[in-house]
Amino acid sequence: MEIVNLAVLPEVTSAGVAIKAIIILAIISAVAGFGTFIERKVLAFMQRRLGPMHVGPYGLLQIAADGIKLFTKEDIVPQNANKLIFKIAPSITAATAFIALAAVPVFPDFTIPEWIPLLGGVFVPSIAADVNVGILFILGMMAAGLYGPLLAGMAQANKWGIIGSARTAVQFLSYEVVTGLSMLAPIMLVGSLSLVDFNNYQDGGFTSWMIWQQPVAFVLFLIAGFAETNRTPFDLLEHEAEIISGFATEYSGMRWGMFFIGEYANMITISVILAVVFMGGYNDLGFMAGWFIVVFKIAFFFFLMLWVRASWPHIRPDQLMWLSWKILMPVAVVNIVITGIVMMI
Amino acid sequence: MSLEQFKNRNVGEQPYVLIESEHRPKSGMGRFQRVVNRTFKKELFTGLYVTMREMINTLFRGEMAAVKYPFEKLPISPRYRAIHDMLRLLESGHYRCIGCGLCEKICISNCIKMDTRYDENQRKEVTEYTINFGRCIFCGYCAEVCPELAIVHGGRYENASEQRASFSLFEDMLTPIDALKQQQEFDGFGAVTPNADNAIKKTPLAY
Repeated sequence: MEIVNLAVLPEVTSAGVAIKAIIILAIISAVAGFGTFIERKVLAFMQRRLGPMHVGPYGLLQIAADGIKLFTKEDIVPQNANKLIFKIAPSITAATAFIALAAVPVFPDFTIPEWIPLLGGVFVPSIAADVNVGILFILGMMAAGLYGPLLAGMAQANKWGIIGSARTAVQFLSYEVVTGLSMLAPIMLVGSLSLVDFNNYQDGGFTSWMIWQQPVAFVLFLIAGFAETNRTPFDLLEHEAEIISGFATEYSGMRWGMFFIGEYANMITISVILAVVFMGGYNDLGFMAGWFIVVFKIAFFFFLMLWVRASWPHIRPDQLMWLSWKILMPVAVVNIVITGIVMMI
Repeated sequence: MSLEQFKNRNVGEQPYVLIESEHRPKSGMGRFQRVVNRTFKKELFTGLYVTMREMINTLFRGEMAAVKYPFEKLPISPRYRAIHDMLRLLESGHYRCIGCGLCEKICISNCIKMDTRYDENQRKEVTEYTINFGRCIFCGYCAEVCPELAIVHGGRYENASEQRASFSLFEDMLTPIDALKQQQEFDGFGAVTPNADNAIKKTPLAY
């Protein structure tokens, strides 16, 4: 199957990759900003409120207002902070989140129509960098993202920041194990680390989706994904009720905003991985085109994160550790062993 | 009964009995079963259901709780005691106040000040009438004591101002002569809110 694909695929030019990179950067950063609006709206509706309403129709331009506010706000660096690390820590979070997206296939391959000037006929691949260790690269990059909150918390000379960065280390390191182990079983089935191969593995329609073969891995990865992206049931890094804002306590303005662009980009990455690895990716489903259905799936997982945030309470750090090491990791290992046995038979 | 037990501050040493509110599992297997039970008892999914139900009710069934306050206001109860209104007689358009001075007498915060004189028909005429809203506690005695229903509490509750002790003059509170047709009669202190029917909720008899 791979040989056939290689023969059919047009040549990937650097122009195509550049266009894809621009698409990722432009669309995802816009969507990440828009995600804040969606989150506020969804949370508001679930609490029978209106949410942002006054900037633009139904508050749609709220992101512009927020952006202007964040950009023009005074950039405060605390006196006793380690100033260099304090300044570069937010860019680590944002950069790793976007680098991880480089290896994520979002839309199917397409060729820009000939009638468009300059770029007509350029083949745009589904993925900016189809590295053969795609899923490892993404998970590794998201793991490297832990340096953002970790360094930010330690550099700011603030006790809440220190607690936040300690929790960062504890939470991200434990849930890396669960993401890695839960992803191992699908990798064993597909026999490849490339997300394109994951997608092609599930091209047999609804019943060929990975979720039916690996429901346990799906649930484990979903739970671990919430922890990796610092979403609410595992929102310990900046748990407002306990540690003010955790690692982001001393940040203001655009540096603070970069943490949240990174967080929303990570949410999109996790949603894309869930959609591509477990939910059939961007294959056509019946009469619905692949690019449409994958956007729908990604949007569903994004919505699920907001929905869960509106519904469930935080858990304590000890419960977080207990869940990771005593429940999720053993279940993931058992899942891998059973998958291996079934594959050998 | 002596006061001894109340004077004892050593709360930690008293023989408190710990009430077991739920069965606590002793073994590791029991704790594991509790986790499984809690996971599959749909507690988590009930939470998700509740928020989704609220979202659908909010968006599609008009159960939005938020009111865009400066642009839309909830109707207030007729019992509400806001800034006073001075009403006019509907037939002649003359103000109802007969200058009897009862409101000035009964005012417990001494914020009503009025001056009267006899006019050419030997009727009492109000020359000065002010209410000091920096002092007024909106108790409603003036409206209750008024024999002519001349002074009532209106619905103007947005009375933030630069100066706390702003006086309100008789003319400010008096119904404008061209708005006489729109003058609302005071329903009385027992009246219900205009939207009372919507606000009523069924109460189960089991309460």
